[in-house]
Amino acid sequence: MGDYVRQLPHHGSRDMARRPSAVMRFHIDVPLLLLLLVLGVFGLLVLYSASGQSLEAVYRQGSYLLLAFTIMIVAAQIRLQQYASWAPWLYVVGVLTLIAVLLVGVGAKGAQRWLEVGGFRFQPAEIMKLAVPLAVSWFLAGRVLPPRFFAVIGAVILLAVPAGLIVVQPDLGTSLLIAASGLFVLFMAGIGWRYIFGAAVLAAASAWPVWLYGLKEYQKQRILTMFNPESDKLGSGWNIIQSKTAIGSGGWEGKGWMQSTQSRLDFLPESHTDFIIAVLAEEHGLRGIILLMSIYLLIVLRGFWIGAHAQTSFGRMMAGSLTLTFFVYIFVNMGMVAGLLPVVGVPLPLVSAGGTALVTLFAGFGVLMAISTEPPKAST
Amino acid sequence: MLPQFDLKDPQLESRVYGTRTIIAVGLVMILLGVILMRYYTLQVTEYEIYRTQSERNRVQLQPLPPRRGLIYDRNGVLLADNRPSYMLSIMRERVPDLEATLVDLQAILPVSDGDIETFRKKLYRTRPYEPVPLRFRLTEEERARLAVNRFRLPGVVVEAQLLRHYPHGELFSHALGYVGRINEQEAQELDETDYRGTFHVGKVGIEKYYEDILHGHVGYQNVESNAHGRVLRVLERIAPERGRDLTLSLDYNIQLAAFEALGDRRGAVVAIDPRTGGLLALVSTPGFDTNLFVNGISSSEYSALRDSLDVPLFNRAIQGTYPPGSTIKPFMAMAGLLSGLVNPQSTVRDPGWYSLPGDSRKYRDWILRVTGTGHAYSVNMKMAIAESCDVYFYDLARRLTIDRMHDYLLPFGFGERTGIDTTNERTGVLPSTQWKRAAMAQSWYPGETISAGIGQGYMLASPLQLAVATSVMASRGQRRVPRLVMAVDGEPLPAPQLAPLEAPPEYWDAVFDGMREVVHGQRGTAKALAKGILYEMAGKTGTAQVIGIAQNSVYNEAQVAERHRHHGLFIAFAPIEAPTIAVGIIVENGGGSSAASPIARAVIDTWLATEPVAPVAPVAAMEPG
Repeated sequence: MGDYVRQLPHHGSRDMARRPSAVMRFHIDVPLLLLLLVLGVFGLLVLYSASGQSLEAVYRQGSYLLLAFTIMIVAAQIRLQQYASWAPWLYVVGVLTLIAVLLVGVGAKGAQRWLEVGGFRFQPAEIMKLAVPLAVSWFLAGRVLPPRFFAVIGAVILLAVPAGLIVVQPDLGTSLLIAASGLFVLFMAGIGWRYIFGAAVLAAASAWPVWLYGLKEYQKQRILTMFNPESDKLGSGWNIIQSKTAIGSGGWEGKGWMQSTQSRLDFLPESHTDFIIAVLAEEHGLRGIILLMSIYLLIVLRGFWIGAHAQTSFGRMMAGSLTLTFFVYIFVNMGMVAGLLPVVGVPLPLVSAGGTALVTLFAGFGVLMAISTEPPKAST
Repeated sequence: MLPQFDLKDPQLESRVYGTRTIIAVGLVMILLGVILMRYYTLQVTEYEIYRTQSERNRVQLQPLPPRRGLIYDRNGVLLADNRPSYMLSIMRERVPDLEATLVDLQAILPVSDGDIETFRKKLYRTRPYEPVPLRFRLTEEERARLAVNRFRLPGVVVEAQLLRHYPHGELFSHALGYVGRINEQEAQELDETDYRGTFHVGKVGIEKYYEDILHGHVGYQNVESNAHGRVLRVLERIAPERGRDLTLSLDYNIQLAAFEALGDRRGAVVAIDPRTGGLLALVSTPGFDTNLFVNGISSSEYSALRDSLDVPLFNRAIQGTYPPGSTIKPFMAMAGLLSGLVNPQSTVRDPGWYSLPGDSRKYRDWILRVTGTGHAYSVNMKMAIAESCDVYFYDLARRLTIDRMHDYLLPFGFGERTGIDTTNERTGVLPSTQWKRAAMAQSWYPGETISAGIGQGYMLASPLQLAVATSVMASRGQRRVPRLVMAVDGEPLPAPQLAPLEAPPEYWDAVFDGMREVVHGQRGTAKALAKGILYEMAGKTGTAQVIGIAQNSVYNEAQVAERHRHHGLFIAFAPIEAPTIAVGIIVENGGGSSAASPIARAVIDTWLATEPVAPVAPVAAMEPG
């Protein structure tokens, strides 16, 4: 930290140095912090209503947020080089714990996702959400960019191993998110368009065999339900019909805070977790949705700005990947609740109740802040 | 293609990154635009659809079924009431797996396949979020078991409803009829709105005839309920309009007297107050417990009732038609008087048989079998009625001819529906040449007129028609449509009056005289009834053959199988000077009128003992006939 001050060009000039130094010293990206705070408060308000005016739920989520912000601040203090050097080790530990999950993991509803260590449960897949982009960024940063063929192959193997381990848990949603976070690194690294188109063609060609042999019955059902929720009104279509009803009935103005009948009368399932945006849409209308999307968009834009002003290619790639992954959360959640995408267990960042996802997410924002406040290289 | 340098090129990297960022931001904007469009479609374009759906989710219109009107006898004795009963219903929309739920329920309490079949049929005709009944009349234990299992049976509802109950069961079974579960056909005919939430409808009898009055009108409440079907609060309530209560003119005591007097014999008793047209008793035995039908009778119970030789489901009082036999004679006498063919003094020679001019066939008088001769050398009207002289009426019938007989008997209510306020009434048969042509495509034979004169042959009348005819006689020509219901919610419901039968008083006196002699005369066919009587009764005995008896053979009661014995009939009214009751009675296979006449005495005794209006003056001396 002291290094940074020393390297300032106007070292000694109080006027120039003092203001940036106050936040720079603590490695805080002020716009990002403010946006996250606004979003966090907004989320708590929605949660208060969605949880049936449970102060307890709000306190719990508030303490998660507090923890998450703390983790973000702490993560922001670590220097980017440090992350780069930790990346391979974190990745290896992550893969090992994923293997451990398959062997001795605990879980529910036929999926093994948790590892229990000394009475403390955690989901190793969460580690991978950071470890994969870190590892891929680290792997590519040391090579010529845009990446060459073997670099691309190596990166793909790096992201495919954890994705494969997670898919057999089975947790298709998380697996895809983790693979995407790695692919985003490749994309931001400037991977050639022929790879992108090739992958797209390959994905399209494999869609049918995957549908036939790769997907489980409940997964197919979710996809079919998305296209025609009316086909099974009381079964798998129920969630979508009810969430669409909640959203649609909000109209432009909404029914007003804590006036959501769909959620209050238990028609809307998962109303305070994955489907919380339906409550927001019902109570605050399209206006509320636009406000929320604006905040999200500002955060995403800030993320890209940080990436564009990063000092190193490692930082650039990480920033791009973290930002895009964050956006994917938003897109998938908002899309699935509105019936655009199949129902997968993706929470709405900062609004959905839950601690684990929040912690991972804020650790990512911490890294983003570390990139943002990375000191310029001593020599160019 | 980029040159294959192995050196890193920060400038290039930065430039590539810049391009990629722009592309990524563009993608983000496009995808956010897609999402925004989606929310715009849902929240603005399709707002109305989802608002309505959300309202429908939240607010449920629940029908509030009306309370069915109660039925009382003339003295306020409750004949039909409603008792709370619990039923098990299922709300389809709230059940995750209907089949599994049905299987679960069957493990908890008995649910028959019939219940499930009815339930399934009903399921298709039910609005969303409306519970469909599966089982009625849950016991305390069944309710407790359901309560325990409730948490794992979403969509299963236990509701209280009022169910029809008949406190007197068999005694009033044919008088009241009964309600039963609405079947498919009825569901199509009934007003769908008014019967929402109602599962029973009048099937037979008063319950059916007065369905509109008894049912009332459905009410509604808008309730807010959660996804589990639990009602959270009532938003709006329109109270149902209860069904109106009926007061019958039937008298519990008379009904009971008639029922007990019939005992275990098959038969029917109808008693009418000639002053009002109101029925005092309507009994058909055997009856059945109408409560069995309220909740869907089991098939074994039903087939037992249906297949019984005694046909308990058959309402003999209004559906049973029998040859009236000699009970037709007072009405024939009136026809004779009105036609001018006879007067009270004119006589007929009675050798004990009668034959048509130029025909060797002998029409015997019943007395011939007893005494070997006629009633007397010559017989007048009074004697002819009192002793039930067949020859007198053979002669009258011949002179009257069948068509004029038809015309004079018609005003007494024979051959057509009386118009009583209940269901399934039969017309009986009042023969005429026209009738025979229409019904049998045959012409009328003169010999048939002879037997018609004593109520045999084609003529058929129900006990109700006999009672109505007797009532017309007793009221000296006043004709009223018989009525079971006297008042609706305390408002009197008078019996409709028909054009009276005009006849000079001396004609009525003449027939009354004859009918008095039946009971009070020394040679009256029902003189046994006079013993200990405190009033004057007019009556007429009758016997209806069940099997044809060959020309010269003699009917021997002892030799004939019980079900082939003659039906015993009796009509009566009392007191003669101001009749307040007229009865028509049949005892199937009673052997003769002596089986029926004591029932009239029991019924009339009971009525006159309790009837507060007419003073019962003890008759000190009786003029012997």
